Amino acid sequence: MEIGIYPDDRGPTAAGYARNKMKVGVYLHVPFCRRKCAYCDFVSYPAAAADMDGYVRAVKTEIARRGAAAGAPPMAASLYVGGGTPTVLPVEALVEILDAIRRSFHWPPGLEATVEANPETVHRSDLERLRRSGINRISIGMQAAQDALLAVLGRGHRLDDVREAVRLARRAGFESLNLDLISGIPGQTTDDWRRTLEAALVLEPEHIAAYSLEITPGTALYGRVERGEVVPAPEDRVLEMFHATREVLTCAGYEQYEIANFARPGHACRHNLIYWRNEPYLGFGPAAHSCWQGWRWANERDPATYAAHLDAGGLPVAESEKMDLRTEMAETMFLGLRLRRGVERERFRRRFGRDLDTVYGVEIARLQDQGLLEERDGCLRLTERGLPVANVVFEEFL
Amino acid sequence: MQSKQEYIRNFCIIAHIDHGKSTLADRLLEYTGALTGRKVQEQVLDQMDLERERGITIKLQAVRLAYRARDGREYQLNLIDTPGHVDFSYEVSRSLAACEGALLVVDASQGIEAQTLANVYLALEHDLAIIPVINKIDLPSADPDRVRRELEDVIGLDGAAAVLASAKLGHGVDEILERIVRDISPPGGAPDAPLRALIFDSHYDSYKGVIAYVRVMEGRLAPGMSIRMMAAGGEFEVSELGIFTPALVAVNELRAGEVGFVAAGIKNVKDCRVGDTITNARRPAPEPLPGYRKAKPMVFCGLYPVDGTEFGRLRDALDRLSLNDASLVYEPETSMALGFGFRCGFLGLLHMEIIQERLEREYGLELITTAPSVVYRVTKTNGEVYEIQNPSQLPPAGEIEKMEEPFVLASSMLPQEYIGPVMELCQGRRGVFRNLEYIGPQRVLITYEMPLSEIIYDFFDRLKSSTRGYASLDYDYLGYREARLVRVDILVAGERLDALSIIVHRDKAYERSKLIVEQLRDLIPRHAFEIVIQAAIGQRVIARESIRALRKNVLDKCYGGDVTRKRKLLERQKEGKKRMKQVGSVNIPQEAFMSVLSIGGK
Repeated sequence: MEIGIYPDDRGPTAAGYARNKMKVGVYLHVPFCRRKCAYCDFVSYPAAAADMDGYVRAVKTEIARRGAAAGAPPMAASLYVGGGTPTVLPVEALVEILDAIRRSFHWPPGLEATVEANPETVHRSDLERLRRSGINRISIGMQAAQDALLAVLGRGHRLDDVREAVRLARRAGFESLNLDLISGIPGQTTDDWRRTLEAALVLEPEHIAAYSLEITPGTALYGRVERGEVVPAPEDRVLEMFHATREVLTCAGYEQYEIANFARPGHACRHNLIYWRNEPYLGFGPAAHSCWQGWRWANERDPATYAAHLDAGGLPVAESEKMDLRTEMAETMFLGLRLRRGVERERFRRRFGRDLDTVYGVEIARLQDQGLLEERDGCLRLTERGLPVANVVFEEFL
Repeated sequence: MQSKQEYIRNFCIIAHIDHGKSTLADRLLEYTGALTGRKVQEQVLDQMDLERERGITIKLQAVRLAYRARDGREYQLNLIDTPGHVDFSYEVSRSLAACEGALLVVDASQGIEAQTLANVYLALEHDLAIIPVINKIDLPSADPDRVRRELEDVIGLDGAAAVLASAKLGHGVDEILERIVRDISPPGGAPDAPLRALIFDSHYDSYKGVIAYVRVMEGRLAPGMSIRMMAAGGEFEVSELGIFTPALVAVNELRAGEVGFVAAGIKNVKDCRVGDTITNARRPAPEPLPGYRKAKPMVFCGLYPVDGTEFGRLRDALDRLSLNDASLVYEPETSMALGFGFRCGFLGLLHMEIIQERLEREYGLELITTAPSVVYRVTKTNGEVYEIQNPSQLPPAGEIEKMEEPFVLASSMLPQEYIGPVMELCQGRRGVFRNLEYIGPQRVLITYEMPLSEIIYDFFDRLKSSTRGYASLDYDYLGYREARLVRVDILVAGERLDALSIIVHRDKAYERSKLIVEQLRDLIPRHAFEIVIQAAIGQRVIARESIRALRKNVLDKCYGGDVTRKRKLLERQKEGKKRMKQVGSVNIPQEAFMSVLSIGGK
């Protein structure tokens, strides 16, 4: 089974990149949350203390300024509203920003437009309002089916809230729905994880993102691990869960199209495909990342600093780097290999004007010898054995 | 600053590490006005940073001091520095040969140490006048009376004649200077005889070429003179003569009895070896000065750049270092595991460490050093005899008639309560007991005949740790002796790591192998596959460990387009591996190679 995401899209040529005729993924970062989850190392601030008006004004300015700089409005390839928790913003504020995006970008009919939501922050009227303003996909942070494990993660919801959120989303007309799940939670057994997967399947999502928990320094959970209050899941169990995920979801008719992402036919997330194919995207809002016209940049993380740059007539870029060819090819490899389909040889050749083997022949041969990479349908992809140790493969291309 | 011979005194300082030689030298310089305060960075005699850090002197140097004695006359005092480590005992003997007297500096709390003793004996052999100085008398633990008794009992010097000093506080310095003038005889040697000048040190200077430090024994040296190295054979024209005060001062002549340096456009220190005699090419002396010996490397190891493309830089760096170090030998070597590198020979372990550190520090090279080995002598069944410096040169076991290894006479001086542990250590290292001698009520001198290979393998550290740092070590070369030796190969994932092969006594093979494979197991990171580590004698595996496969290594969190961060994580991961050597498909960290050297040290 193969999911035809862009059946007619053979990928851009080098000239296409240079002429900037690319469609672009649009990302909006809403850096506010009701509470910070114990494992979260994304940029988010307490919603209660936030200057939401200031944020909305600034983000609209950024969108307009970027749009103007691009000359003719670029064609959006996808829209993704993430965070943080986008649904902590008053819905009218969110709609206002979506309107700003419409003014600066071409928003073709049927564009995949996703909003992330936490189960406890969705309201029926808000969902309907978002649906009417063009959002057609919703991603709900379910994480686990056991309330005790949700508590370890510091989540503000219970399993029942997830069921209710899914019901509301469906009633509001969302036909594409993702559930985020986390495996490898301290104290989680493989059976717990299987029950989580089954509980998710009962809700019939079109898409499931199943990540392994990473316990990053600076997070509350990291502190608890350091203090010995909780014990991280042992590696073997994490691996067992990784395999269970594939087994359970594949049997249920989902295809693993990326290391951690599973979808029903036709429901692979186009926005994430842009990242994995190393194609252009523009991110708006504090801490948002962009990749556009040969540059990568990250916005200021602090909302006040972010807004100050825009008020002063500038752009809120904190860090940027110009992509050289070598780096761009390397990134195309390690991002593309995350996809189950792998890196398409022809697409690579069209984009960089050289063959994969000319650039990475030695590395590819070695990794094939080690049984970590394989050739399939004109694509280079990770083998079953290579999947769980993907980083070992990725670094070869750097 | 030309003086008649009777107003010249040439002396050196003999001391154990940390007993205060450098500080005392500073004080002498200060007192005689050669140094004002700490204008020159402290301890001028220790030139290199490295020396300062290790608190030892690697290269000798000479300083001329002008001292107005109590008799109202001005004397020319030449202080010749000596290295304090066993590796450099030949150099020590040459600088002693350039002197008529020596200050014997002994720490008032520590007493005499083995190295000091060895050097004192050398000094006595050269008929040097010895002025004992008991230093650090300001310390609360000082026990000068005990040290006086030791001087009498051990060396047979008059303990009452010892100068009590604190170089740190400057106490006793004036008395030391007076004693130098009084007790040390002025140099002899006819200024009109054919020239004979002893080279006691040399170093390479990029402007002047090789600078030879000399003591003129007879005759005179002058700029423009054609000189000949009596052992090496080269002829050169003197371009410059000078002395150090410690600032460099050019002079027009160096006469019999004087100490100074010669520059003669010499390109390589190997043409100007320590111990050689300089003579006048037009009017040569009939005989060279006695005692010349070409320094012979005793310890060998392979040096490989971590990054194979640095081979050229490593060669250049070794070329540069050897300009200054006639005892450093090296030749290109290829290792299957490590690629291109050099097999280098050193006077001893310390010499090896110093060269390694200088290569890394001064030349910015990242190196992998193989386990040090000695030179083995192999007699083949067909009667052929040859020497091997590298385990990989060993012929198949069936072709070997016998193997011999170098033995040394190791002597250690230590407090008596540690006799037990030290004897146990020496016995465990295949030592053959020779002697135990009390040198005072509490201290003993133990001597063992031991294989040099056991000494270069972590012996000194062990000795230190089993005596809480109180034992000192000295060794003298004895010659080759037959031994039951085998080569142990280390295999990682089926590939032989030639760099880790060792030659070891048969009775030790199992124990050593087990340690090595265990250490490798702990140091080689997990890979995407299982790695088997084996130690084998020929085809027979005698130790085995395995590293289980890495199960999961994937960052699969959605990163909202933050590809840079992801890339940097991967780059860091990769950077870690870059410092490793890839053998087959296994990445082996440098520590793994180093560990074989330090096994047992932890």
